[in-house]
Amino acid sequence: MTDAPAPAAPPPFVGPLTDKDRIFTNVHGFQDWGVDAAMKRGDWDNTKKLMEIGQDGIIDIMKASNLRGRGGAGFPTGLKWSFMPKESKDGRPSFLVINADESEPGSCKDREIIRHDPHKLIEGALIAGFAMRARAAYIYIRGEFIYEAKVLFAAVEQAYEKGFIGKNACGSGYDFDVFVHRGAGAYICGEETAQIESIEGKKGQPRLKPPFPAGAGLYGCPTTVNNVESIAVSPTILRRGAAWFNGFGRENNRGTKLFQISGHVNKPCVVEESMSIPFRELIDRHCGGIRGGWDNLLAVIPGGSSVPLVPAKEIMDAPMDFDGLRALGSGLGTAAVIVMDKSTDIVRAISRLSYFYKHESCGQCTPCREGTGWMWRVMERLRTGDADQSEIDMLFQVTKQVEGHTICALGDAAAWPIQGLIRHFRPEIERRINENKGSAPVMEAAE
Amino acid sequence: MADAVHIPDEAETRARWGAFEWTAENAEQAKTVIARYPAGRQQSAVMPLLDLAQRQVGAETQTNGWLPVPVMEYIGRQLDMPYMRVYEVATFYTMYNLAPVGRYHVQVCGTTPCMLRGSDDVFAACKNKGLVKGGTTPDGLFTLSEVECLGACANAPMVQINDDNFEDLTYDSTIAILETLAAGGKPKIGPQIDRQTSAPEGGPTTLKDMVTENHDYRGDWA
Repeated sequence: MTDAPAPAAPPPFVGPLTDKDRIFTNVHGFQDWGVDAAMKRGDWDNTKKLMEIGQDGIIDIMKASNLRGRGGAGFPTGLKWSFMPKESKDGRPSFLVINADESEPGSCKDREIIRHDPHKLIEGALIAGFAMRARAAYIYIRGEFIYEAKVLFAAVEQAYEKGFIGKNACGSGYDFDVFVHRGAGAYICGEETAQIESIEGKKGQPRLKPPFPAGAGLYGCPTTVNNVESIAVSPTILRRGAAWFNGFGRENNRGTKLFQISGHVNKPCVVEESMSIPFRELIDRHCGGIRGGWDNLLAVIPGGSSVPLVPAKEIMDAPMDFDGLRALGSGLGTAAVIVMDKSTDIVRAISRLSYFYKHESCGQCTPCREGTGWMWRVMERLRTGDADQSEIDMLFQVTKQVEGHTICALGDAAAWPIQGLIRHFRPEIERRINENKGSAPVMEAAE
Repeated sequence: MADAVHIPDEAETRARWGAFEWTAENAEQAKTVIARYPAGRQQSAVMPLLDLAQRQVGAETQTNGWLPVPVMEYIGRQLDMPYMRVYEVATFYTMYNLAPVGRYHVQVCGTTPCMLRGSDDVFAACKNKGLVKGGTTPDGLFTLSEVECLGACANAPMVQINDDNFEDLTYDSTIAILETLAAGGKPKIGPQIDRQTSAPEGGPTTLKDMVTENHDYRGDWA
């Protein structure tokens, strides 16, 4: 049309990403993770110059980049950093805690950063720690990442030897330490206040908020907890500019992202792509398609076990970003994409997640401690059909009673997958109950 | 829990482990660990020290290690924290073994991403080699546990045996790994199929220059 109104903004770039715009160039570990090889790839390249941008300047760039936290919640990273006190009025130091307790079923991206590109994380720790005026970073790595922790300890050692961290880090005049703290097997320690408790040498039970960590966190000091990926992308954002990072993905969903695709695709993998890449493009380009073809797709859990599943027809052409998946009643989470084809016992798949949450509940809040076990037991009966039809609604109501009534989001995370299942696969649950009772299958009305 | 571990007899444990102390090397390591935390915050070191102790017990017993009560008390004394605070931590986190395990602790991930890719087959292979969930084989070689997501979902199904991950498993490759271990060998760590870490099977779809050289992409930046 020639008489169109004002020229529309160009459509957002939604992939595929070209290699020059990938941040994690050694994500698959073809090359050495060590400091010399990392420097040849561009890490630690005049980091002092980045720090000369200044603390407020760095935070401004991070805000302008529109980076949203990569740990699942999607909170704007620059804004989070700005909550930290600019000066210590009472002598308390500030801390940066980097959350590498990657335990959300489906998620396996921080592992790749740590074992193959650890210097991006350590350089990011310095940049972020400097920007928020922290005196040290603690990287909390899950205990089961044994090899990854060995690499990380060694990489931190290398960074000290090069003078990149420690006293006068990178010749900037700023003193900054990086410590590694290993967990020991507890999903809940991925929750920021549980993580702080764990670093303090306690069992990892979340704290009531307020006070928020930015006011009183680790050792009672101002603390910011950030995901590994959020921290590790920050040096590249500073080097290439906020506008570059804004060049990928739809508005409010900018940047590049590590996607982790597991389940029933032909070639599961971890790959960095543009935010907002359509699901179909992501799977066809990098995963060799759905096992058995697109007609064989049943459902997808697009953001790790905590988000509700999305049925095939809804997700096929959906943009993989925060807002696009929220519009489908789900979420991007950590971009851990769990694909399920039609061979999947969908009730069992979700019931197994219910078992996961039952296992991982820290036991502090009653709705979660009692509810996760109760929900799992009912789910197991729904799996075999040994239940009454009325129990489907009862289960749904119980998930609603757990959701929002606990200190942390684990209760919500346990509730949502079940809600998603009931919302989208109720006929399948009913079929099992009917079959188990030996009654004639209920005829479904034509649509 | 029905499958709660049976904590060994106290008197026997005390007789065997009452005199536990660090080896010279681990005593040094313990000092290094404690120095990572601010003065007066030495309780932060309890998790790394429990891990260190479990490894030392493992080395002394030729197993994957566990945490006898006197060992926890020893750590409590070193960190100036009540035994109960140490016990609280040891019982909260799954990686601390409260009872002896075998030479190899076979931890099969059973969570949904692994289940979708065939962890049932991995469990079947373990069962057919005589491994029983929650138990140790009579020869003391293998203890089998089902664990929750170990964070290698793009390489599912997987098992962690002691410190090593074995990924992209099938029934047959699981059998092969267990047989190699039983014969005193060292099976190949990582993916058991033709695959570089978490890149797609058959070769990467991205960053192909990295396969052969440590490529610097900065020259292509606009």
